[in-house]
Amino acid sequence: MDLESARMIGAGLAAIGVIGAGVGIGSIFSSLISTVGRNPSVQPRVFPFAMIGFALVEAVALYALLISFLVLFL
Amino acid sequence: MASPLEQFQIEPIVPITVGHIDLSFTNSSLWMAISAAAVYALVMAGTRHHALVPGRLQTLVEIAYEFVAEMVRENTGKEGMRFFPAIFTLFMFILTGNFLGIIPGAFTFTSHIIVTFFMAICVFLGVTAVGFWMHGVRFLLFFVPPGAPKLMLPIMVPIEILSYFFRPVSHSIRLFVNMMAGHTMLKVFAGFIVAMGVFGVLPLSVNVALTGFEFIVALLQAYVFTVLTCLYLHDGIHMH
Repeated sequence: MDLESARMIGAGLAAIGVIGAGVGIGSIFSSLISTVGRNPSVQPRVFPFAMIGFALVEAVALYALLISFLVLFL
Repeated sequence: MASPLEQFQIEPIVPITVGHIDLSFTNSSLWMAISAAAVYALVMAGTRHHALVPGRLQTLVEIAYEFVAEMVRENTGKEGMRFFPAIFTLFMFILTGNFLGIIPGAFTFTSHIIVTFFMAICVFLGVTAVGFWMHGVRFLLFFVPPGAPKLMLPIMVPIEILSYFFRPVSHSIRLFVNMMAGHTMLKVFAGFIVAMGVFGVLPLSVNVALTGFEFIVALLQAYVFTVLTCLYLHDGIHMH
């Protein structure tokens, strides 16, 4: 198998990791919505944590994307 | 057809070579300078008339100040407020850098790992220095989590040390990859617009939505970088 095809396959496999972001972000915002649903007055206190959590989960997905780019272009 | 990664190419504008070291003034340096000048101009213009009832620009500067001050006070406590100028500078620099990069034709200097890694390493070394300065050698007890059973310590301490040294890596990669991935996606969809002819209106609408999303991501990533800096600082000032 030549290098270019191996790169394509590797990049495609590495990108499967972003599935974790879908699960994680859905979980965070699901708990945010139920928390605000139970107690709407707590929303400004809980929202910054939701944003931090979202960014941290997104970071892990983007690590997978980074590896995919590294495999594809380096 | 240009590659979507060509936008991240660093081009020297004023080539300067000192011995064998390339210290050129590049497009990255240009946009860093524009970013710093923009923050300076905003804050100076906003605080020119020290009005008790602020006008629009002063309100904007006050909102930015209060936002970062509240973040620092809440995450590091009152002792952490002495680091507020550094945290405010960091936040505004990254924020304007991210925002200015969305302008078509501009260069996002935070989309290079060396830039974000340098900022993250400075934060890491600074926080470790603060930890040792405030607690002396007892700062090494930070790696012993309180309340852990003595038998688990040979496993937990190396894990704690490893995760501490992983901090600048994750800190820098998060910002860098968000910026790079966002801009690469914009370029990829822009390539589709031209290639699809009449039906190019679909990737165009996706691009419009993505640009809006990029604004949110720019603000969010600057916020998360700064909040994590404050949390690491909290670890340095009060161990746990």
